[in-house]
Amino acid sequence: MKKRLPLILTGLMAAWFLCTLRAPKEKDFAYAEFGGLPIVFNGRVQPIDSLARNSLLQLREKQTANLEPWKGWNEKPKIIPAIEWLANVMMKPDAADEWPVFRVDHPELIALLKLPEKDKQNRQDGKHYSWNQIQPSLEAMDRESKRIGGREQRKETDPSQRTPYENAVMKMHERLVLYIRLKNALQPQDAGDWAQELGEFESAVPAGVAAVRAQQAGQKYDDAAFGKFVGFVRRFDVMRRFEPPLLVPPRHPDISRDNWMRVGDALIGTARGESIHPSVRYYAAMASAFQEGKADDFNQKVAEYRAALTPSFAPELAKASRELFFNRMQPFYKAMVFYVLAGVLAGASWFGLSDLLRRSAVWLIGLALVIHTCGLVMRMVLEGRPPVTNLYSSAIFIGWGACVLGLVLERFYKDGIGAVVSSGVGFITLIIAHHLALGGDTMEMMRAVLDTNFWLATHVVVVTLGYASTFVAGALALIYIVRGVFTRTLNAARGKSLTRMVYGIVCFATLFSFVGTVLGGIWADQSWGRFWGWDPKENGALIIVLWNALILHLRWGGMIRERGLINCAIVGNIVTSWSWFGVNMLEIGLHSYGFTQAAFKWLIGFVVSQLFIIALGLLPRHLWVSFRDQAVAPAAVGAKGKPAPAT
Amino acid sequence: MFDRLFRFFTSLRLTVVLLAFGIVLVFVGTVAQADEGLYNAQARYFKHWFVWGITMFGHRIPIGLPGGYLIGTLLLINLVAAHIKRFQLTTKKIGIQLTHAGVILLLVGQLTTDLFSRETQIRFSEGQTRSYAESGMNYELAFITDADADTEEVVAIPARLLAKGGELKHEKLPFAVHVKRYWLNSDPSFRAPMIQNEPPVTTNGLARSFDFRPAAETKSMDSKNVPTALIEIVAPGGSLGAWVVSGWAGDDLMVEALRESFSRQMGEQMATSIINRLTEPQTVEAGGKQFAFVLRPARVYEPYSLTLLKATHSIYRGTDIPKDFRSRVRLENSRTGESREVEIFMNSPLRYGGQTFYQYQMAAGELARRAGQVPSSTLQVVRNPSWLTPYAGCIMVAAGLVTQFMIHLVGFVARRKTA
Repeated sequence: MKKRLPLILTGLMAAWFLCTLRAPKEKDFAYAEFGGLPIVFNGRVQPIDSLARNSLLQLREKQTANLEPWKGWNEKPKIIPAIEWLANVMMKPDAADEWPVFRVDHPELIALLKLPEKDKQNRQDGKHYSWNQIQPSLEAMDRESKRIGGREQRKETDPSQRTPYENAVMKMHERLVLYIRLKNALQPQDAGDWAQELGEFESAVPAGVAAVRAQQAGQKYDDAAFGKFVGFVRRFDVMRRFEPPLLVPPRHPDISRDNWMRVGDALIGTARGESIHPSVRYYAAMASAFQEGKADDFNQKVAEYRAALTPSFAPELAKASRELFFNRMQPFYKAMVFYVLAGVLAGASWFGLSDLLRRSAVWLIGLALVIHTCGLVMRMVLEGRPPVTNLYSSAIFIGWGACVLGLVLERFYKDGIGAVVSSGVGFITLIIAHHLALGGDTMEMMRAVLDTNFWLATHVVVVTLGYASTFVAGALALIYIVRGVFTRTLNAARGKSLTRMVYGIVCFATLFSFVGTVLGGIWADQSWGRFWGWDPKENGALIIVLWNALILHLRWGGMIRERGLINCAIVGNIVTSWSWFGVNMLEIGLHSYGFTQAAFKWLIGFVVSQLFIIALGLLPRHLWVSFRDQAVAPAAVGAKGKPAPAT
Repeated sequence: MFDRLFRFFTSLRLTVVLLAFGIVLVFVGTVAQADEGLYNAQARYFKHWFVWGITMFGHRIPIGLPGGYLIGTLLLINLVAAHIKRFQLTTKKIGIQLTHAGVILLLVGQLTTDLFSRETQIRFSEGQTRSYAESGMNYELAFITDADADTEEVVAIPARLLAKGGELKHEKLPFAVHVKRYWLNSDPSFRAPMIQNEPPVTTNGLARSFDFRPAAETKSMDSKNVPTALIEIVAPGGSLGAWVVSGWAGDDLMVEALRESFSRQMGEQMATSIINRLTEPQTVEAGGKQFAFVLRPARVYEPYSLTLLKATHSIYRGTDIPKDFRSRVRLENSRTGESREVEIFMNSPLRYGGQTFYQYQMAAGELARRAGQVPSSTLQVVRNPSWLTPYAGCIMVAAGLVTQFMIHLVGFVARRKTA
């Protein structure tokens, strides 16, 4: 029984995970069904559910909408799924406008918008505000964003020169624009009963078109019909000018599957004599049912629309369903939970409590890795791309690579160290990925210059594995120092095996970072004719290569021994984090993706922490808790620290 | 003595020191790009033997560093020397040997690239044919005269010679060029009749309608230095007059930029009339011939021509994310009798005649159409005789490292199994 405990624990966890995959039962409105409808946004087909989640991430940095943020978590605030929120924004904006979904942190921005302070009695948390609260100050907001944006458009300043307040203004501006775009996606934002209005428009079309033609030809025309029709068209034109998501599928998918339209565009097409697009009708029927609270009607319309799409748009429907499933699965979040749990168990196992802990940890990491891998593969399938396409996916892939390497080490050494590295690096990189996802859609389309699966699959994957292995070596080195300085658990044998692991992983890192970097050069040569351009990102990768090569040569020359190697490996952490994030913050060169100042603080914090640990690593041996007892026989330790032969 | 030198150059310590300096240099040179500009910093840190004074996050620090050339050269010597000294053809060492040979190849390849590669551009609109490429950075003062009905004869003086000042002569020119003033970078302004009260620097040609003043040397990536010079043309019989020549008048790209800016300020019609005055040819008569002269981007003529048939710029639906840039081009070479169509697009260049043609920039698609422009495309043309070395070097190093680590790993696993 005791032997099977790890297996049972993992089985339970897996069962919980599988349970979360089931679609939630919905009492009245079939939000999940609605969320699975395909649309086009950010240049790609996605389910409405993705639009809802990514929009909420941008507005309030969460994938759910908390409607009562002034309540503590223990007071059970009302939290609704993203899709329920978006359905209201698109079809019942009067309700959605009341919900506090805009996160505002900067005190000067709060003052500019004249927003209320935290006050539980008045149901204010001082951070989240509704459209209706912000709306009276839109003019002030507009003035500020135009001032900053205009300055940048005239190239007098660039975004890196903004003050934190100005950054907050521009971010808020983007959030408000996004919200308006969503409100105008399905119906004009001030529509009453949309289906009814659509019907009125339809009946006004024949007379209206005739009147417009007559007017253009300089003949007598029906003034009333003309006015009514032009009024409609103006309304739809305003709607499409906000550039909302493209809800309406192409009329002729056999000619081009790409020509998705905005509802506004489709309606203006009607003025040119086309009939009203069936999708617009279905959505209008859904909106009216939704607004009147008729769940059954709404659900039926959603089902009918799905059925209507099936013959011509099966691939899009399938893609939307897959992505909906992926969204619900939240594989990286769940893998993160398991990594934490496993890390705690594995760390505890170091203190000689029981091998059961270590084995449980390894099993849990196995489960986390399976989920992590599933997520990775599903993303690849959804995007039709290799695993790494942007900064977000690089974090996920680094975590994955590090986890695999850690498990391989654990397999050989069975001492809980590989397990801690796996779970630790896995957890941290997924946290980083989570924060990178706040920018919105993480599956954005690839710009023309990056649009090549061959180089994404080779250069990017290899160089990212180089990052991952350098971090693994660094993590092992951290364990060496922390355990050595603070605990008694680093005996000579363990020290030696840790050193060996670090050495092996550094070899690995050298291979991957070198090959990855050179492949990047070859890609650059293929796409714009120069192998090496001293671009910051290239230089960052080059520094990793040089640093790993330096460690190996130092070791081969006998210039560093056990602790020297360990300290060098920690410098590897700094070097890699610089290349991964630091160079993006320089805001120059071809690889810069634009970056927030918050990340810069974290990077500095990380570098300082690593320097601190290196300082610990340089402490004289008698201050190390682990070495205090062995200090009597320094000669023996010295002999064990002898460098490996130079092969 | 030689022995000690040889030992010094083969030592592992030298490798380590060089690698360490390399890391410092690359880091400093990267950070400095933010302050000094990409090209400047690259040249100063990586393409020099020594670096005096560095810039870090806006602060100048007065220290010296070995430059990229010095580190690269020493590393190359170190590698080659160590290779000679330690070379053994044993299976155990084969990986190390291969790796280092690969690194040597990469370094040598980069050196030759640095020495022999050349980057130019071809900019054309749909329907236009080009048999030359232009430099993106360098200018030349070209004197153009008709040799016969079909051919022009061009004498081009590189701008860097103008920068030196003094008198310039060429056997094909029946006059000398005196450079009175030369500004590496300059700004133009239109001499509006009512506002300007200072007299123009010369009463000939361009200077009558435009003033130029010196500007600070630009460092950013997306702007370039546009030179202007005041020259006097002196025939054996005496001076023929002084003229202003400027990149602002001779570089199509700059002319377009000016046209846009004028048309924003004072409307299209006015802008066109101003630009016509800017680009009006300047000529001089000497030795019975008429010479047109212009300060234009330096040209490289080729024995073949490219005609832009179609420029395509597509974006992802509902966004402004570029999806595809592609130029359909007709390649004609009278020597080989070739006349064929080729497609050049991102990540798929054309390799021809020892050069590679890359899709570089484009003004096509919806925006250009709305602005009423003829779609146009810019190709980057690179001549790099050593372009293959990175491919070979990468394969060698990868194979070497994999071999070496596999030998290690197999040994390690075997040891653990027996233990």
